[in-house]
Formats: sequence, C-alpha cells, structure tokens
Amino acid sequence: MKEYELFDRNTRAFLYGQQQRAAQRMLDFDYLCQREKPSVAGFITPTGGGYYKLFWGTREISVNRYVTLQEAIKANPDVDVLVNFASERSCAESTMEALQTENIRTIIMIAEGVPQRDVRKIAKLAKEKGKWIIGPATVGGLKPGSFKIGNAAGTVENIRDTRLYRPGSVGFVSVSGGLSNEGYNIVARNTDGIYEGYAVGGDVYPATTLIDHLLRYEANPRIKMMVALGEVGGKDEYEIVQAVKDKKITKPLVMWVTGTCAEMLPGGVQFGHAGAKADSSEDTAKAKNEALRKAGVIVPDSFEDYGEKIRITFEKLKAEGKIEEIEEPTPPRIPMDYAQAVAEGLVRKPTNFISTICDETGEIHNYCGVPIDRVIKEKYGIGGTIGLLWFKKVLPQYARDFIELVLQIVADHGPAVSGAHNTIVTARAGKNLIESIISGIVTIGPRFGGAVNGAAQHFSWGLENNLAPREFVDQMKKKNILIQGIGHRIHSIDNPDERCEIMMNFAKEKFPRHPLLDYALAVQDVTTKKKNTLILNVDGCIGVLFVDLLKSLQYSDDEIKEMIAMGFFNAFFILGRTMGFMGHYFDQIRLKTPLYRHPWDDILYNVPEKPEVVE
Amino acid sequence: MAQKGIREYDAKRMMSQALPLFSQGRLQFEAKQVLIGPQTDIKQLAEENPWLKKEKLVAKPDQLFGKRGKNNLLFVNKSWSEVQKWIGERMNKTVTIFQTTGETTGRLTHFLVEKFVPHEEEYYIAITTHRDKDIIHFSTRGGVNIEEVWDSVVKMEVPILQDIEELDVKGFLPDGLGDKKDIIADFILVLYKMLVEYHFVYLELNPFTFVNGVPVALDAVAKVDDYASYQCAEYWGDLKFPSPFGLEKTPEEEKVDELDARTGASLKLTVLNPEGRVWNLVAGGGASVIYADTVVDLGYAGELANYGEYSGDPSTELTYGYTRVILDLMTRNKDPRGREKYLLIGGGIANFTDVAKTFTGIIQAITEYKEKLKAANVKIYVRRGGPNYKEGLKNMEDMGKRLGIPIEVYGPETHMTKIVAMALEARVGEK
Repeated sequence: MKEYELFDRNTRAFLYGQQQRAAQRMLDFDYLCQREKPSVAGFITPTGGGYYKLFWGTREISVNRYVTLQEAIKANPDVDVLVNFASERSCAESTMEALQTENIRTIIMIAEGVPQRDVRKIAKLAKEKGKWIIGPATVGGLKPGSFKIGNAAGTVENIRDTRLYRPGSVGFVSVSGGLSNEGYNIVARNTDGIYEGYAVGGDVYPATTLIDHLLRYEANPRIKMMVALGEVGGKDEYEIVQAVKDKKITKPLVMWVTGTCAEMLPGGVQFGHAGAKADSSEDTAKAKNEALRKAGVIVPDSFEDYGEKIRITFEKLKAEGKIEEIEEPTPPRIPMDYAQAVAEGLVRKPTNFISTICDETGEIHNYCGVPIDRVIKEKYGIGGTIGLLWFKKVLPQYARDFIELVLQIVADHGPAVSGAHNTIVTARAGKNLIESIISGIVTIGPRFGGAVNGAAQHFSWGLENNLAPREFVDQMKKKNILIQGIGHRIHSIDNPDERCEIMMNFAKEKFPRHPLLDYALAVQDVTTKKKNTLILNVDGCIGVLFVDLLKSLQYSDDEIKEMIAMGFFNAFFILGRTMGFMGHYFDQIRLKTPLYRHPWDDILYNVPEKPEVVE
Repeated sequence: MAQKGIREYDAKRMMSQALPLFSQGRLQFEAKQVLIGPQTDIKQLAEENPWLKKEKLVAKPDQLFGKRGKNNLLFVNKSWSEVQKWIGERMNKTVTIFQTTGETTGRLTHFLVEKFVPHEEEYYIAITTHRDKDIIHFSTRGGVNIEEVWDSVVKMEVPILQDIEELDVKGFLPDGLGDKKDIIADFILVLYKMLVEYHFVYLELNPFTFVNGVPVALDAVAKVDDYASYQCAEYWGDLKFPSPFGLEKTPEEEKVDELDARTGASLKLTVLNPEGRVWNLVAGGGASVIYADTVVDLGYAGELANYGEYSGDPSTELTYGYTRVILDLMTRNKDPRGREKYLLIGGGIANFTDVAKTFTGIIQAITEYKEKLKAANVKIYVRRGGPNYKEGLKNMEDMGKRLGIPIEVYGPETHMTKIVAMALEARVGEK
C-alpha cells in the first residue's frame, strides 16, 4: 500500500466498543464490494471476551471479542486500523494506547466531546509517528471497493444508489460527518463517483484537517479531481489557499465553505459544530470562500450550485480525456435484515408465543394494559396486581383485600409441615435460596395445601347438583371420597379456628353473596354431628370463599371449573406459603445450622434377611 | 460546545485553588470577591462576607465583556454602601457597550465586587492555545489596551507535547524585572500548569500586580474547553457558562437547552427573528448551517426566523419536544400581511439516524398544532434521506393529506437545499 493510501481491499480493522450494528454495515459493504475477507477482524470490548455473530452475505459468521487491544493485535498481526467507538470520556486514552503500538497505523475517533488538549496531543504524536487519525466527532468515511468505516455512508441501499461499492475518480473530504453522505450523493450524481471520502469532524481541532487529506489525494494518481466542504470558524482552510498558491495542490478542486449566513446573524451564534464559530474576520465563510476563489479553487456562488460546479469540472476532465471509463461491476445482492423487512412491511411470520397479561415492549411496562407507574400511584396493592396478572381484571377493593387476607393467613404454618421441613433440610445441605424453596414448593399438592382446590371442587359439585347437605355427605361417603376442606386436628365446633372466623366474617360483611360458604357451613353442621372436629378448615374456607368471590365477580360456573382445574386456587397457597419458606431458609442460614441427618432411632429398619430371588 | 467564556469571578475562584495546588503552596491567591446577580440576597451576602463592610471595594459587570473602564462601568475604591447604590442603579438595565469588535447592547445582570488593591505596577500575561502549541505572552506594560503596546510583549511557545518544566521560563522574560523575575517566572509556570490541568483554552490577566511581593490578578479573562467538564468536575466546581453579553437566551432557547442536556443527542435553537417567515427544522450540525446559508444567499436574511438543528439520533420524545418549541414560536402570530410561513424540515442523507423514527416525533407535534398551523398559514417542505427515509417521507405526505396542511416532500434525488428555493420562489410568485 502506498504512503498516500489509508486502506485497500485487504485492510482489516478492530472496532473498539460493542458496535455490532456498525460492524454489520461494514461487512455488508465488504460483501457488496466482493472483498475476500470481512474487514472487521475483531472487537475490543473491555467488559468481556467471547464473540459476536454477524452476517457475511446470507451466512452467519462469528467475530471475536478481545478484552484488550494487545490481545487483539497478538491474534491478528495484520490489522492496522482501529475504529474507535469509545465514549468521549475514554476515547483519548484508548486512541493514545493504539498510537503507541507498532501495528495500528490509522485510528478513527468517532466520539464527539473529546477534550481539545487530548486531541491536540494525539494529533501531534500521530504526525510524528507517521500515523493517521480521522476525527474526533466524525462518522468516518470510506474508500469505495475497499473499506468502509463504521456507519459512514448509511444504508446498503444508499451505498448502491451512490455506487460506493466501486471507486470513481473523485477525492472528497468534508468537515461535517453528517454532511459527508450528502457529499457522496452529490459527487455520485455529477461525476463517475468517489475514490475516497472522509469527514474530519466538526471540532475546533480535528486531528487531521481538510488539507491533510487533499494532499494525499493530490499524491494519488487514481484521483483526478477533488471536492471539499469546509465550514465557518478556524483558519484551516487557509492552508489550502496556501497549498494551491504553492502548487502543492494542482488537481482541480471544487470547494465550498458553509456558514456564509453567520455575518447576517447576531455575533456569537454557535452553530451545531464546536468549531463552527468565527472569532475573527478571517474565520468567516465569506472570507474563506473569497480567498479560495482568488487562489484558483473552483468555488460556487452558494451551496445551490455546488453540484453544478462539480459536474462542469468533471465533464471538462472527461473531455480532456483524463477520465478512464469504469467497468461497472454488478454488486451481489444483500439480503435485507429481517427487522428492516418487518419495518417496511415486506414480510410477516406467525408468532410462536402469545401473551395477554402484560407487555414490556412499550415505553413503560404494563400489567394487562395498566402501566406500572399507575399500578403504584393508584394503589393497586398486591391484591390489585394479582387481579391484573391472574384475573386480567381490575378487581373491586373487597376482592383485593380478601386476596391479601388469604396471603397473610397462609404465609406460614410452622417448620414441621412438609414444605417448610423440606426447605429447612435443603438449606442445611448447603443449597441456595432457590433450590431450597423449590424443594419446599414441590411438596404442595393434593395432600399438602392442595385441599383448597379440592374443597372448591367438592362443595361446588354438591351445590351445583342441588344435593342437600346430608345427601352430599352420604354420596361422598358412598364414593369413598374424603370431603376436602373438612376436619381439623385441634379445632372444633366449640373451639373454632380464629383464621376461619376472620375469613368468614369478612365474606359475610363484604361479599355481595356467598352461597357456597352457606352450603359448606350447612355441610359442616352435618359432619360435626359425627365428630366435632370435622369443621370447615382453613383450606376449605379459602376454597369455598374463592368460589363465592368468583361468582361475585360474575364468573360463570364453567369458567370457575376451568380455573379450579388449572390449579388457580392452589396458586394463592403457593404464593403465600413461599414467603414462609423463604423465612425458614434465611433463618437456617443465619443460624448456620449444619447438615441434617435423621436419627436412626426415628426409623424403623425392617429389612428382610435376604431379598427374594427372582428365577 | 467546546470553547466557552467564563466569568472573571469563576476564573479568580479557580485561580485561588489552583495556584497553591500547583506551586506546592509557594503561591497563594486569596480571591476576596463576591458575585451579585439579580436574585442575590445582598443582606445575607454582606453577613457571609464581613470584609465587604470593612474594605475599600471595586465593582464591575462580570458578563464576558472587557473595556469596562472605557464604558464607564468600573467603580473603584468605594465603600460597600456606595457599591450597593451603584449596582442598584445598573442592575437589569439595558446598556450599549463599545468594544474593539463593535457595539453590543445587552442587559446588565451580574456584577463582581472585590477588594480594592492599591497598586503601581501593572503587568500583562496571556496564554493562548493553538493546534501544535500554547503561547505565553508577557509584558511589563499591562493595564492598557495591549494592542497599543504590542512591541513590549514577549512570547514563549510551549509545544503541545512538551513539558513546561523542561523549558526556560525565566529566560524568555525581559530584562529589568530585577528581583521580581524569579517570582514572575514561577507565577507563569504555575498559571500554565493550571491552564493545562483545568483545560482552559484561553487565559489573560491584564493586569496583574504585586501586593507584598505576591502576584495578584486585578482582571481575568478566561475560556475553558467544556468538553472537559467530566474530567474537571472537581476542579471547576459549580461552573455555569453565561451567554455572551447581548445574547441572553429566550425561554424557548432555554427549553431546548434543557432537552439537549437530557441525552447524548444534540438539539440546538437560536431565535433570530420571531417575525421571520422561514423556520428551519433541520437535522445535522452541518446541514443546518447550509439551510440557513441558503436562505441568506437567496436574499431573504430578513425572513430567517431561527437557526437550529437536531442530530445524534434523538428519541421520538425529544424530537416531539423540540418540534413543539418551534411550532409554538412560529404560530404565535400571523404574518401581518397575511403571507404564508414556511417550515423547512430539511436534512442531508443520514448515516445512521432512523429518519422514520425521528419523523414520528415531528409528526406528533405537527398533528397537535394542526389548527394553529392552518391559522398561521404555514406551508411545509420536507427533504431528507437516510435509513428508513422512504417510510418517513411517506408518513409526512400522509400526514399532510390527513390534516389538510400543504406539504411537499422530497428525497435524496432532490438537491439538499432545493426546498429553500421552492419555498421562497413560491412566495415571489404570489407577490
């Protein structure tokens, strides 16, 4: 590669930062240019190594991530370009590091807002070392057919339209990164295309200036004419004036300095770019355009006829036979990204998943259409939140209160019940929170806690079939089914369970109606005649009251059945009791209890002397 | 936005910390000063700074302009009560000042009050920064318009990669400083270190003098590189950047500054002429300048209402907020002669900004302002390219139809600034 070239068809670069999208745009450009190898050799991502997946045409490839630049260089000694996407806070430091390496020759600083003094040092050091910096505050640029920096030149469609996949005869350089793409467009529409194009960045001190690149273009025999776009502020354009006067620039140069309106405006207006501010009369766009025109540069009257001046200049060169015909390559097709195709309404696909209870894709997540901030502000509480996520309804206050009441009542029932016991044993075996509570939760079912569902089912069946309480008890007996939700170890009709009393009183006071509770209590009248501890217990209470709640909320009997079938009622027990399990887990960890081993004397060892032998 | 002028008060405040810090305590600079703004509680200020009532004082506006003596805005060797009266008579008053660059009219809002220092010697020092080097300027003939005695100024260059400690600061100073030469060299060295570490891009003390053998700055002009605000947060302390004198921000401009400060995207607005009929809503720092240029180049400088830009892929919410500010301004009054107003939604071919997305915010705001836009007789011109531009342009066109607002929409095939001529020529045709 010649001294005046920055890139060729084999140039490969590192990207500093997690810039998969920019990398993909570079790879698409490469593919369009029919490069042999992708131009992105790797990513420098200080937060971790590994790889990123990218497309090379239709195929997926993986590109390595490196934690340090040194590591990346070691693995890819041919790479001599760093496209530095580091933030303005760390861009100078990582650029300085790259400057100190043997391998890296060209660095592009993308960030806007790198302190001037840091950039000045970098610029000077780079010149001393014969290296090239583009930026800061730039999108970069490209060399058609060879290499594209990051996001420069935009979409694949634009690259195709402006034929940026193959070199033309024009060297372009601008201050503004945002305008560079417009510049390529203007050049493409009025000439045979761009040979190289860059934006040096709109800072007060871009590390390389317009003249640095124009002198490279002058030295490059493939470039036949040059196009530049300057800006009000600073004196960098006067170096071009001098270079033209000194015959260091001899190729036709079409140039316009923007910001001619500045004089018409009140003093001190700072345009969008940091460097775009005239501090003396020499800095003004008008003075610069005038000086350039005087020196022999082709300067339009306004931006309006910039393209026209470029066209005339190119046509003149062509007439003089200085432009060779370009053999137009046919760039390969690049499949459109799926996301893009969706955005443009070109494809559709059936979804594999559906969610009807919440949506996290908007500005603020919502629960069944209610944004979370409103859930908090409007005091939905735990009961209201469950209403949204389980019932998909805004529940009335009494329903929310009842849910919270149930959750509190079932939260724990001591360490001896099977779920808590399992949690404790698992915690003592050194397992973590999630493993310990899972071992507790798995015991919840038909025997432990599951009576809620069962009770709801049994009593509903009785009521639905219009069985008198006595008849119901008899039929269940006949079928040899134990009525779920009936019976307690200690409590009796004379010594009622306070928890049940609270729930029942709540329901009697707040529920619009409670037919199943009434029915269950009538059944209790029958069963307690047999034995006074055969009362409606906590599980039974919860079960029948939830049926009554659902009926109050206008659920149909079929819907209620479906809910029972899917374990809806047990869910309240699981949710509430998990609080207890977690409490037991933390308790055991705080107490540093050792591994549990069940004592021998609590196990009946009843092993036959020898096993039965199967012939 | 890079180089920002700071108040004399802040420059001296920073010097009072930096001089001892970078001289290992050899040089002290006690800044006995207060800043008085329109909201300052004078009584409380005097309680917190008892020296105000004891010392003889100097008062002067502190709003980024010089030549205060020549403009009769310097009040020297006065008592606290005299100073209060003097400031009271001038606070919030509009004045026209004369500087070498011309006249400027603005409102006086901030005054520096400091201890009066009787002195005879007046020295000049300035440090300027350039691409490859910094230049230290020194003269024994400070206190005047230095341009008039420029022959007396000696200069020392400090190359950007050079450590000033390796240079002979004393050697460049003129003869005849006698026993002060050592301390002046030390003072310059320390000021330079401060300039570097505090990311100043300009510092001028004209003049400084000596009190009991210690250098004291009587005036200070400084600019800092605001890109270094992250690195210098502790050094700078609570530093606010005042607008240049005569360019106080309007509430709308301040609103846009607020939006701008919220994200990494860039939003800028300068209102040039609220009665102007051409309003720019342009994407990109570079393109926005060209649109303004073109309006002026076509001879309609008087109709140019604003300069502004949005860039760096702002969110829909931000473009919505930004557009509202502009629509609000442009629809407040009808043109007195009933002529059309023009909203130019312009821009180049974006590299990575999602055009459809940014247009969504603009369309939201226009929809909200549709009645006002119609009432103000606004016509919209759009030109843009870049990712998803086709969708964005189509959305704009549909919006125009839906709302019944006249709109013309163009893509990359049309020269970027063509819509300016289209809008303005349409106007000529009507006349």
